[in-house]
Amino acid sequence: MSLVGAFAASHAPGITGRPGLPPPADSEPVFRAYAELRARLEAARPDVLVVVSPEHWANFFLDHMPSFCIGIGDEFWGPTDEEFVKIPRRRVPGHVRLARALAAGIAEDVDLSSSQELAFDHGVMVPLHLLGTTLPVIPIIVNCLAGLPAPLHRCHALGIALRRTVDRWPERVAILGTGGLSHWPAMPESGRIGLDFDRRFLDAFIGGRIDTFLRYPREALEAEAGPGGHEIRTWITVAAAAGDARGSLLAYQPVPAWSTGCAVAALEPR
Amino acid sequence: MGVSLYQVQKLLFDVNRDRQARARFLDERERLMTDYELTADERRAILETDFHTLYQMGVHSLLLVPLAATLGLSFPDYLAILRGTKP
Repeated sequence: MSLVGAFAASHAPGITGRPGLPPPADSEPVFRAYAELRARLEAARPDVLVVVSPEHWANFFLDHMPSFCIGIGDEFWGPTDEEFVKIPRRRVPGHVRLARALAAGIAEDVDLSSSQELAFDHGVMVPLHLLGTTLPVIPIIVNCLAGLPAPLHRCHALGIALRRTVDRWPERVAILGTGGLSHWPAMPESGRIGLDFDRRFLDAFIGGRIDTFLRYPREALEAEAGPGGHEIRTWITVAAAAGDARGSLLAYQPVPAWSTGCAVAALEPR
Repeated sequence: MGVSLYQVQKLLFDVNRDRQARARFLDERERLMTDYELTADERRAILETDFHTLYQMGVHSLLLVPLAATLGLSFPDYLAILRGTKP
């Protein structure tokens, strides 16, 4: 089989943790887009969902912060930050055989670590909750947080390597990247949105031109999209896995009360 | 980043992630703090859960906000404390 779906969406903890805080004009486009994404995911009929999510101190600390870590486990659990996101803790099934195959396949080109004991924070659990899915999940946790995050072009290489293994796998696989877009998370600047950056990035993402962002300077990224802007790494991995395909934007809505320029998008893998 | 800031962030990482560390934070905070090498200023800020000071020291915001939620602090109030507009 090949990749049957490639999606990306913001995972702002406020979407589930503070659903009523923004004015409805801000929040409703995001909820509608997630409902549309849910319909698209179901229509793609995947057997397994690869979720590419940033690390937010749920698993790794400054003693050891891997650039990329794939979860090879029968099951995982989350959210770690249940009081913050107001989602009940639950177990999430994994998919060991495909996870092992992906780890080996990706390692041909991109160094990554693996873990048999990953916990999920809002980065995985907010999207899973909103998509209402019980699919087996293979998490790939990406350092967008601290230490030495992988350069953006390496996140693209990760997506290409991942796709090569998916193309040889007999089951139907979908991929979801979560995070971004611009935000200054839980900081005094919270609520600031980098509108111009977000729109330019989304144009590239759905236009099959993610290559124009692969050398984006770190300082410019942080100035224009905030520390949370580093989470475009997961979107870049999805774009690469989809073959830099075009797609559609299901919503872009700046939501200051959720501290994020919220975006939901779907690509047409090729 | 100083080694000391590492220790105060490690404490918060443990409290956010580990149920036992969280229980100790709530029930016997001073004893929990002896497991970490903290400066006097860090000890005071942790003891009083002074989010404003911890943020000013350089503690990462995503280590602070889960603890604020655990303590029942609303997100707007948490932000006001960080901004210094609420004590």
